[in-house]
Amino acid sequence: MPVEPPVETPRDLPEAFRLLALAPRTPIAGGTDLMVRITGEIGSPPDQVLDLSRLDELRGIALAGGQLTVGALTTYAEIRRSGLVARSLPVLAEAAATVGAVQIQNRGTLGGNIANASPAGDTLPLLLALEAVIEVGGPRGERSIPADQFWIAYRTTALAPDELVLRVRIPLVEARQVRFRKVGTRRAQAISKVVLALAWEQADRKDRWGHVRLALGSVADRPIRARSTELYLEGSRATLETADGAAETVAAEIRPIDDVRSTADYRRQVTARILHRIIRDAGGW
Amino acid sequence: MTSRTPDRPGALSTVATPPRPAVRPAEAVIIAPGIAVRGHLITRGPIRREGPAKLTGDAQYADDLVFPGAWYGATIRSNLARARFLALELDPGFDWSNVVVITAADIPGEPLMGAVKGLTPDQPVLVPLGGEIQHHSEPLALIAAPDRRTLRAARRGVTVRTEPLPPVFDPLDSDKVFVSHDVVAGDLAAGFAAADMVLEGEYRMGHQEQLYIENQAMIAVPTEDGGVTVHGSLQCPYYVHPALMRALAIDARQARVVQAETGGGFGGKEEYPSLLAVHASLLALKCRKPVRMIYERHEDIAATTKRHPAVVRHRTGVLRDGTLVAQEIEVILDGGAYCTLSPVVLGRSTTHAGGPYRCPNVRITSRAVRTNTPPNGAFRGFGAPQVIFPVETHLNRIAEALGISPLEIRRRNVYRLGDVTPTGQVLSSSVAGLEVLERAAEAVDFDAARAVTQQARLTGQGWDSVATSPLRSPDRPSASGIGIALAWHGCGFTGSGELRYNSIVTIELDATGQVRVLAANTEMGQGTRTILPMIAAQALGIPSDEVEYAPQDTALVPNSGPTVASRTATIVGGLLVNAARQLRAEVEARSGGRSFAKAYREDAARHGPSRASAQYQPFPGQPFDERAFTGDPYPAWGWAACVARVDVDLDTGEVAVRDVVAVDDAGVVVHPILAEGQVEGGTLQAIGYATIEEMKVQDGRYLNDRLATYLIPTAVDAPRITAIMVESPFDGVPHGAKGLGEMPMDVGAPAVIAAIHDATGIWIDRLPATPERVLAGLTASAGANESGRPGSGGHDRPGGRP
Amino acid sequence: MTAIRFLVNGAPVELEAPGMRRLLDVLREDLGLTGTKEGCGEGECGACSVILDGEVVVSCLVPACQVDGRIIRTVEGLAARTPDGRILDDLQAAFLATGGAQCGMCTPGMLLSARVYLDAGGGPDEDAIREAIAGNLCRCTGYTKIIEAIALAAETGRRPAGA
Repeated sequence: MPVEPPVETPRDLPEAFRLLALAPRTPIAGGTDLMVRITGEIGSPPDQVLDLSRLDELRGIALAGGQLTVGALTTYAEIRRSGLVARSLPVLAEAAATVGAVQIQNRGTLGGNIANASPAGDTLPLLLALEAVIEVGGPRGERSIPADQFWIAYRTTALAPDELVLRVRIPLVEARQVRFRKVGTRRAQAISKVVLALAWEQADRKDRWGHVRLALGSVADRPIRARSTELYLEGSRATLETADGAAETVAAEIRPIDDVRSTADYRRQVTARILHRIIRDAGGW
Repeated sequence: MTSRTPDRPGALSTVATPPRPAVRPAEAVIIAPGIAVRGHLITRGPIRREGPAKLTGDAQYADDLVFPGAWYGATIRSNLARARFLALELDPGFDWSNVVVITAADIPGEPLMGAVKGLTPDQPVLVPLGGEIQHHSEPLALIAAPDRRTLRAARRGVTVRTEPLPPVFDPLDSDKVFVSHDVVAGDLAAGFAAADMVLEGEYRMGHQEQLYIENQAMIAVPTEDGGVTVHGSLQCPYYVHPALMRALAIDARQARVVQAETGGGFGGKEEYPSLLAVHASLLALKCRKPVRMIYERHEDIAATTKRHPAVVRHRTGVLRDGTLVAQEIEVILDGGAYCTLSPVVLGRSTTHAGGPYRCPNVRITSRAVRTNTPPNGAFRGFGAPQVIFPVETHLNRIAEALGISPLEIRRRNVYRLGDVTPTGQVLSSSVAGLEVLERAAEAVDFDAARAVTQQARLTGQGWDSVATSPLRSPDRPSASGIGIALAWHGCGFTGSGELRYNSIVTIELDATGQVRVLAANTEMGQGTRTILPMIAAQALGIPSDEVEYAPQDTALVPNSGPTVASRTATIVGGLLVNAARQLRAEVEARSGGRSFAKAYREDAARHGPSRASAQYQPFPGQPFDERAFTGDPYPAWGWAACVARVDVDLDTGEVAVRDVVAVDDAGVVVHPILAEGQVEGGTLQAIGYATIEEMKVQDGRYLNDRLATYLIPTAVDAPRITAIMVESPFDGVPHGAKGLGEMPMDVGAPAVIAAIHDATGIWIDRLPATPERVLAGLTASAGANESGRPGSGGHDRPGGRP
Repeated sequence: MTAIRFLVNGAPVELEAPGMRRLLDVLREDLGLTGTKEGCGEGECGACSVILDGEVVVSCLVPACQVDGRIIRTVEGLAARTPDGRILDDLQAAFLATGGAQCGMCTPGMLLSARVYLDAGGGPDEDAIREAIAGNLCRCTGYTKIIEAIALAAETGRRPAGA
């Protein structure tokens, strides 16, 4: 039986912030990551836990001001079921569907995925590619952190010890194309070997690509943007030459590692090949 | 409701595609004590005996059993693969008064264990101080405490001091051979001289984890007579029983083994529970309390046995028409740190190495060697999957080089009635290799289906444009392929194994008029508890629900041998028929011509209880010489074929197995639903073995010792599996049944690998065919592909390597 | 220790437990509901699945503090209790008919995932059933007869009574 560290369950955000002001506490939302830690099998169990499950102000999905706002406690299942998501940003539902199986989707939250900061976090590359803004808060107030400044090192975020992830704002862009792809060992309930999210703006198929954002998971110590490849793709058309060049650029840009799930070579090649495929499909050749 | 023997021995009959079973809503019908189902269950065969208990949560697995006052036990293990065990230090700052600690010095009996009778004991119960640690996670000491919190704290207070020693991890580097064989038939040199083509190949397979969903679990309860009763998740009560006697120095009555409901075994609970039972008992005898040892998944994967990794080399001579004329095969099994069951596993690898094919000139050399990883052991198939994948893949490469279809080359070479195997066994009955092959081919219209995939590959939609650069997506995102494989599987133990056990089965009619089967064979999901009463009932001429199956408790049931080697239905079932026939004759003789069915209750009331037993008798045929490896290793062979269809993602190398048709000859099908369940489940384990199940080993430690990292197929990974049962009865047993459970494990992997080749043109010579290996094959083949046609990658040159 | 109250299989439960105790341990050890099984302790195998407020969850990843005031259904709650004993529900009966349970360790969790699927109106479509049970590992059956059982229960459920 795992260790059972002390836990407090605040009823609202001010209470949560008061508790956080007293001492650092490890937050638990859906528990899909933290409850594995209390078994002591992976890393050390937390000393004190803060149960966020009653903070109803952190739930829900809203559309306003050209942005989709997703509360930190929103589960993957809620994202998959949301009509708002289906209409405004279906790729988010697509990504949520690749996280675990039903049981995990019913409990796991978007905020948890963000705060857990796994380099293999399934939704994180998508948030990077969509230029999401992560709103955090604590006893000292709220602030907004752009996704590309949020994951700063291996399993480390820009959150202060007394801060919580509150919600995510994702700008909705009219002419934006988004592609998401996860490669895992099996088709359900698998941690990724490579996650790729690509966004670009293009009013017409013949147009050149603008505002290209390419983000990757499981190829570095944190989810990353592939900025050289973005630069390469910026202003180009979806031709074979573009695809070849982008594939070579991304393969040279990333430094994946060998681990228990895959090899560096595989990750590099597959990242390149998937990107190549997406450009090929976009170009229709 | 048994599907009975066809009229003619050897005749082919199948269970036709069944009507959907149904539950008709109506009044409630009692199906188990206190449990009813609304309406009539329409199904094929009696319902699984313990099914209602498993469906309501009533079934009691080891960890569900409550023993008031029980303590919790844990194992202190090594974290090096090879080392000298210098010291065990207990933190003087911790209060040890309420904790028991056991080291090797506390073992009252024999300090070394052997897996089964006849094998040299070499595995320490616990490594003694000063002794050599031979593998990572090896047990060094045991501790128990009244609660988990104390146990956890006590564990932290134990420090192990060791001095590293140089380990051996590559079986090819090992100089310690547990056992070896050399089987020679015909004249190999003459065979190669006569060959039109000679092909060589080397094939490798890694560990596979059984991954029963219930972890290893054992509870030891000390008894007043100084002995111990263990309740556990286990396959073989009479393996555990002598192990307790030996290690604890207690007699047969003091040791008692009771099987709890067991959540899967697949071989993984064949020998390991003996060690765990000894551990729990040592603690229980010291603290005088029941002790629970329930492994967590991480410990279970890290410490317990796996399927043996193997290296298998083939050199094969064939005529232009595909006829095999010479097979030279070398099999090397990685036994891990201790001998355990390796000699028995190697025996099966050796007898199955040539595959189900006639070849006049054969030499099979085999050895099982020691390395510094946890010992490898039994897993469904038991050494056969490790040789069937190589021989089947090698045959496919030969067929390709000769331009013969994989189906046709099997037709030409598969054993027919009267053929002689490399050990000199004359196959004189129940030879169904061709039947299972043809049934599989016919079920999918193999030639036509393969023509489609071949066409796709050759017209540039698949193979030719698979890849031109490792970093470039090919023209087509995916390719489809179909593959076929064929295998044989010897029924029961290899060689004289059955003779050693002299199994006894008893059937009793008690004074209350209840008929009961007494056997040690365990239910672990495969259906023993349902089919053995069916077999007895058939012989007695009564409905199967009038026959009880006694609990697997060594105080109650005789030693009918272990529940392994697909021997339950055939060997134990055969003994049971003989015992039942005796009982029937006895009762009918007393009843003045009335049938057993009509007379037995009254007979019990009038004459009191009756019992009849049957003991194993050797089958006719040549005795097996275990030194020379000649004679009849098995009384009969089962036959299996498999066709797999796959889609290969050409961008990522991911393989999706879409459909599988599995055809298995079980001799006689006792219960169609349970039999299909064996085929479907075994097939998926084989697909896991072929595609995603890979144990990554670093410095002798399993890196992926969790379910987040050792992955088995989920429902969305699993193909649609169609099980087709063929019945070619075995005339050596009264009911005709042969083994079934292991065959599907043998054929799945080679069928999948053949299908991957059909889709992509690449040969995978190492299991599993991970996306990493498939992609490496795809990108490597791109270069070769520019200069030639498919199959010209050097495969068909004499002496070429895959 | 925290006072935790919830409904399990329709019956109110009140107990004192550490807030971070796993729901799995609360059910098995504190309440003696051992039908819920532990297979991995990290949410990968689904053997410990239960229904929490109508959704299937893995009870090894749910802390007790999060079930206060909520409704839990375990395998013990599937069969209807009558004075004469329990009557299996349509899904349990279908598992019995098709041979969907072998070793039985995945069965309780499998039944609960399937129950939620059916209660949400899920039909006999094979792919949908496969997705619904993708979080429940089975090592015995190859899933074939489990899928058959769920499809059968879906069909039985749709037929008018007495048909």
